[in-house]
Amino acid sequence: MKEISSAIQLIPLEHYIFLSVALFCIGLMGVLFRRNTIIMLMCIELMFNSVTLLCTAFSAYHSDPAGQVFVFFIMIVAAAEVAVGLSMVVMMKRNIDSVDINLLNRLKW
Amino acid sequence: MIFLFYMLSAIMIISALLVVFSKNPVNSVIYLIVCFLAMAGHYILLNAQFLAVVHIIVYTGAIMVLFLFVIMLLNLNKAIIPQKSRVTRISAVITGGIFFLVLLAATRQTFEIHARYPFRGDIGLVSEVGNTLFHEFLLPFEMSSVLFISAMVGAIMFGKKDA
Repeated sequence: MKEISSAIQLIPLEHYIFLSVALFCIGLMGVLFRRNTIIMLMCIELMFNSVTLLCTAFSAYHSDPAGQVFVFFIMIVAAAEVAVGLSMVVMMKRNIDSVDINLLNRLKW
Repeated sequence: MIFLFYMLSAIMIISALLVVFSKNPVNSVIYLIVCFLAMAGHYILLNAQFLAVVHIIVYTGAIMVLFLFVIMLLNLNKAIIPQKSRVTRISAVITGGIFFLVLLAATRQTFEIHARYPFRGDIGLVSEVGNTLFHEFLLPFEMSSVLFISAMVGAIMFGKKDA
């Protein structure tokens, strides 16, 4: 345990910021890139997780456990979002027999 | 340890890119599970043991199985959905890249980060996180049960045949 916490101080906090920014941008790119609704939901999960990683890194570097409690709440929100989103996907498959997001464009304009 | 950090980061970024670019949705789910396992490794490196365990149980164990279950249930593992047009795809990649550059430049140039308190190794343990959760954040914790109830009701209403 001591080794881990002494080794992590050698990595600057900026590297965690770069990593989570990269993950967030990959998730954003995936939402814009794909037409499959399930893949888009998975990319939203990726964006959630980049933010939680950054929260944990700040919490560990500033020695404040409140950041890790925020991560816990973000996980709660993500679980609720996945439940509602996947039931929407199932309903979409049942009604229009596809999960292509471009077929549901009546709210677009 | 430092080598471990960069290796886990490389695994995460490569598997996240493969989530976006792989054709089969089942492969995307598998790559996302790899990405989440690497993220649990990051949590262990940050000495956040509670979050690492919860992340493996909740994300890799529950949420990704739910995704896989829906994909298998709807029989999407063979259905190929046509991709977006080439212009849209290229502009999506350019948008992501430019957003990445802007955020990177903003975090590099605008502020410096200093730790507020000296480094403590024990803040990620279950006792510390639980103390904070049940002392300072008790009301949001109770409100999250309301959120779950409403999400459950919403999911059931979406799933009904004649809603």
